Parts: sequence; C-alpha cells; structure tokens
Amino acid sequence: MGEISTIHYLVVAAALFAIGTIGVLTRRNVVIILMSIELILNAVNLNLVAFSRMHGQLPGQVFSIFIITDAAAEAAVGLGILIAFFRNKETINADEVDLLKW
Amino acid sequence: MMHTVLFIIFAVVCVAAAINLLAQRHPINSALSLIVVMGSLALLYLLLGAEFVAAVQIIIYAGAIMVLFVFTIMLLNAGEEELSKSSRVAIVFGVPAVAVIVAALAYILSRGAGTAALGDFIGGPKEIGRLLFRDFLLPFEVTSVLILIAIMGAVVLARREER
Amino acid sequence: MNPITNTDYVTILPELVLAAFGLIVMLVEPFVTKGGSRKPLGYLACLGALASLAATWYQAGSPYTQGFFKMVLVDHFSVFFHVVIALVLFVALLGSLDYVERQHIRAGEFYALMLFGAVGMDLMSSATELVLIFIALEISSISTYILAGMRRRVAISAEASLKYFLLGSFATGFFLYGVSLMFGATGTTSILAIGPQLHAGGFNPLVFAAVALMFVGLGFKIASAPFHVWTPDVYEGAPAPVVAFMSTAPKAAAFAVLLRVLFAAWTPGWFWPVWISAALSMTLGNIGALRQTNIKRMLAYSSIAHAGYLLVAFAASKAADTAGISAAIFYTAAYAAMNVGAFLVISHLAGEGERFVAIDDYAGLSRRQPAVAASLALLLLSLIGIPATGGFFAKFYVFSAALQANLVGLTILGLINSGIAAYYYLRVIVVMYMREHPAEHEHGHGAERITIPEGVALTLSVLATLYLGIMPNRVLQLAIEAAKDLLR
Repeated sequence: MGEISTIHYLVVAAALFAIGTIGVLTRRNVVIILMSIELILNAVNLNLVAFSRMHGQLPGQVFSIFIITDAAAEAAVGLGILIAFFRNKETINADEVDLLKW
Repeated sequence: MMHTVLFIIFAVVCVAAAINLLAQRHPINSALSLIVVMGSLALLYLLLGAEFVAAVQIIIYAGAIMVLFVFTIMLLNAGEEELSKSSRVAIVFGVPAVAVIVAALAYILSRGAGTAALGDFIGGPKEIGRLLFRDFLLPFEVTSVLILIAIMGAVVLARREER
Repeated sequence: MNPITNTDYVTILPELVLAAFGLIVMLVEPFVTKGGSRKPLGYLACLGALASLAATWYQAGSPYTQGFFKMVLVDHFSVFFHVVIALVLFVALLGSLDYVERQHIRAGEFYALMLFGAVGMDLMSSATELVLIFIALEISSISTYILAGMRRRVAISAEASLKYFLLGSFATGFFLYGVSLMFGATGTTSILAIGPQLHAGGFNPLVFAAVALMFVGLGFKIASAPFHVWTPDVYEGAPAPVVAFMSTAPKAAAFAVLLRVLFAAWTPGWFWPVWISAALSMTLGNIGALRQTNIKRMLAYSSIAHAGYLLVAFAASKAADTAGISAAIFYTAAYAAMNVGAFLVISHLAGEGERFVAIDDYAGLSRRQPAVAASLALLLLSLIGIPATGGFFAKFYVFSAALQANLVGLTILGLINSGIAAYYYLRVIVVMYMREHPAEHEHGHGAERITIPEGVALTLSVLATLYLGIMPNRVLQLAIEAAKDLLR
C-alpha cells in the first residue's frame, strides 16, 4: 500500500457515499433513511477535508463546517416532520407512505 | 508509518460501522453504528490535520445530532423493521451496487486526483476563524436564517394541535 | 484589512429587507388577539415583498457590483430573478390571505417562512460562491419542506412534506458530493474562479462526475425527469398557495443556479445530461398529465413538462451565445406568471380542506364565476402556448434558439409534446365551459365569491401573462442583458 495519499481518503468517502445511497434506496424505516443521508453528508465532508489538504486550500474545511451546521438544521426539521407524520399515521415506514403513491 | 496504521484501522472501522448501520434492524443499533462512523471520521480528520473540523464533528455530529436521533427513536418508540420481500431483493442487489458505485468512483477519483500527496498542514482554528469571519462572513450570517427556519419548522410541525 | 462597506450591504439589500420583514411578522404575531383575524400579518408580509422589489429597483441603478469578498454579484441577471421572485412572492402571499384562514393554518409561521424562503431564493440567484449557493439552496428547500406540511390536520400534507424532505435531502447530498468533487478538481469554490481553473487544466474526469452529480441535485429542485417522481404527490398534498409559490419561485432560483454553474463557470460535460433530461421531462410530464383527474396532479405533471421545455433552452446554449440563455430566462418569467395564477385559482376554488380539486369540480364554472373561469382559461391557453400569451413567446424563443443551435430532434420532440399538452389543458377549459354543473354541488361549493386580495393577485398574474404575450420585447431585452452579464 505504501504511503497513504489523498486517494485513499477519497475511496473511504466514496464507500460511505455508496452505502448511504443504497441505504436511502432500500431501507423502509424513515429514521434509517435519514441516517443514510447523514452518511452521504459525511462522505462529502471527508472529500472536502481531503481535497482541502491536497490543494492546500482552507475553504474546503470551512465548507465542511457549513455542511455540519446544515446537517443539524436538516435533522431538526426532518425529525419534526417525522413526528408530525407519526401523529397522523402511527408508522415510520416509508412504504406505508401510501396515501400518495411512493 | 504511524499514519498508515492509524488510517487503515479507522478507515476499516468507519466503513464496517457504516455497513452495520444498514445491516441492523433496530434503529437504535443503527444510530450507535452511526456514532462509530462519526467518531472514526473525526480521527481521519485529525490524521488529515483538520483539528477544528474533527472537534466540530464530535461536538455537533456525534454530540448534538445523534442525541436528536436517539431521542426521536425513543419518542416514536420505533421497533424492529420487518423485512418485506422487496427489501430482501434490495439487499441482494444492494451489495453489488455498492461495489459497482465504489469501483466507478474510485476509478474516476484516481484518474482525477491521482496519487497526489497529502500536502502540507494548512492551518488550525486561527486560520479557519479568520476565513470564517472575513471571506465567508456572508454565508456565516446567512446560516442564522437557516437555523431560524429550522427551529421554527421543528416547532410548527412537532407542536401538538390545539383544538 | 478591508472592512464591510455600504456597497456591500446594498448588494444584499432585498434579502435584508425580506429577512427584516420576516422577523417583524414573527414578533408581531403574539400581539394579534387570540381568535382574531391574522390577515394584518399577511398584509405586512405583502408589504415586505413590495419593499424587496423596491430594494431590487434601487440595486438596478448600479449593476455589476460584487460584495462581501466576491460572495455575491449584483448584475442584470440577479436583478431579473430578484424581480421575478419578489413578484411571485407578492402574488402568492395575496392569494394565501384567505386560504390560510379557511384551512386553519398557523398564519405567523406561514408568512414568516414564505419571506425567509424568499431570502434563500434571492441569494441563490446572486451568489457566486458554492458555499453561499448551498446555504441559500438549503434555506429555500427547508422552508418549502415545512410549508408543504402546514396543513397539519390532513394526512396527505404530512406525507407530502415527509416525502419531499427525504428526497430533497437525498438530492442535496448528491449536489454536495458533486460540489466536493468540483472543489477537488479546481481547488476553489468560487464560480467565477472555477471557469479559468477548468480551462487552465486539461481533461479531468472529476469535473464530469462533479457536473453530473450537481445536475442530479439541481434536477430534483427543478423537477425535471428522471428526478421528478416526488412532484405530483407533493403538489397534491401541499397547500395550494404554497404550490403556487414553490412551483415557480424556488424553481426560478434553481434555474438561476444551474445557469450560473453551467455557463458562468462554463463547465464541460453538461450537454448530454441536459439533452436527455429535457427530452424525458417533456415526454414523461405530458404523458403523465393526460390521465390525471386531479387538477393539482395534472398541473404538477405539466410543470415537469415545462421544466423540460426550459432545459431545451439550456441545451441550445451550446455556443456561448445569448439566444439560448435569454430564452431560458424569459421562459422562467413567463412560466412563473402563468403558473402562479393557475394555482391561485385552484386555491380559491378548493374550499375548506381542499375538497374540490378534481377536474370534474370545475364543471359549469363559467356560469358560476365567469371572471375566474375566463382567467383560468387564459392561463391554461398560455400554458399551451397560444399566441398573444406569455407562454407563446416563451416557447417561440426556446424553440427558435434550439433550431439555431441545430437541435432539430429536440425541437421536433418539443413541438409534438406541445400538441399533446394542448389536449389536457383544453379538457379543463371544455369542462368549465361546456359541461353542466351537477345539481348536488349547487350549495356550498363554488358559491364563495372571489375576495379582493385573491382577485388582485389573479388579475396581476393574468396581466403579466398578457403583457409578456403582447409586448414581450422589453422583458426579452432585459433577459438578453441578463444573459450578457452572466457570460461576462
């Protein structure tokens, strides 16, 4: 393997991105879908930090801080929406989201 | 050498925990796996010299966001998810799909970024702070609108309806 | 160290005004007597929309100014989109005044979210930095996720909100992954710096992956195929005035971002994804609309088709000329004018709990409410693209730009699709004018007269559609100026 270089970090990020994508597409539990989306955002952050180091450009790290902030906002709203939904339907499975066709 | 060993350990832990997140049926187990992912990512950030991001990762992601997740899982009393037939099919196709996506991305990334060296250490909290409050002042301030909306949204949606 | 000066504040003046009015609405809300009318809050919000229009007017005096360390750029392009967004916001707010009371929606939060959402949309059109674009995109998206779920007693509204949120965040993830690859390929997140960087370096496969992923993310926001699956369900479940707003303003802003990313940075590799998405959107949108019986779902599919026509204009911008880009900009304005109006009619007629949203409920409308029926008919004719309406010139400019760019296949496909589309729009007009009104509906439904704010909103949207259809030159000229500034 030799010296660890940028590409190794990027491949880890790519794996997280792929796992997250598959999670969103295959799981039914909405909470787990939300966590899969968090995986994707984490993959983005790892990419940004690794590229930031590679280019010697700090904005990549700053970007990742903004993404973490946004993830917090998104999680708060998402769980709020989920609670509102749960009140109406008593389920958190995505394929029971069927009043409207999924 | 140290870098290589640490990288391998935490990269493997990170990806394994991510896979475990999807393999687990109970949301609480998935949430705990996600915390492991976040933690090992924080270590990878440290290896990359991004100390500040690593700290933020632990404090906000693993600390705040995951607490929110766990809290919601408890609140909604989410039980185990039964696998439907379609989700078994999805698992059969999901694993090769992950492999294909990773392979394709790895190919593109290696063509694009190559084996570029990691580069030098580029700065800690001081430099980030300077960037955040000068060049990125506007996005920083605008983020407050984003957070305001999120608070308002969570309150509006989750509040019990008064009749 | 250069401090922030007044010039910097002027570059975000409309956003500042909107945010200030949003805060005022939130602060005033607790003082409105319990059980009293919440309409004053709505008028306050309308005032905010007008004030942001005035602020944009003020900005238009000194175009092409950069502010906040090159984060934002005020040019003809951003001014054009700011005006469209402010007008759409104003009209949608006027149209929701009575709706909000009728459906028992929490008014204070509703109006504040509309205003804050518009802050994000305005910033999307003026930002030249991917970080700011991302934050602005999230403001606009998150506020619309919440607005979609505001009819909290109705299950389909909560579902619409959930579905929109899940797919929307997923799309944001793709957009961000694309942005991170773009940063990796160029080492910068500034759109104005990406272009030169890309041309200095040679072929880099990262850029193609980055553009494709960003297109997936934005394709979701503009509801173009194959990322359109959420549209009919969300439009059906969300409150009608919110749909009027979210099918136009955030879409216009997302188109602005797409234009900036593709053409200001002049990224390579976008042509075939755009071509395919345009062809798919037009076809799937129109075919989907044919079999709908719910008017909200029908217009949702129609909006997918219109996103397709708009992307034709994108594809036509192959050779850095202004024809395709200005056609796209003009189309955004024309589409906003006619679509807002159409959804306002739906919102007016829907009744409490949005019970009357089937196309059959529109039977005999011409006799019950002749003015409303005539307005809807005109707006639908414009959506078809009949001459003397804004829709005609919008389509005309798009397809002539496409022909100039030798996109014969796409043009023919677009014209065939316009023919198909005529069928389902005309069906609604036929139902309104030719079909008898079933007697059992006679009381209760459709009896309410249109209120003054709704009437004003509808009139504005009809007038705008006619103006663009009869005297398009002025707006087209502005669109060309905008396109020139974009390519500068």
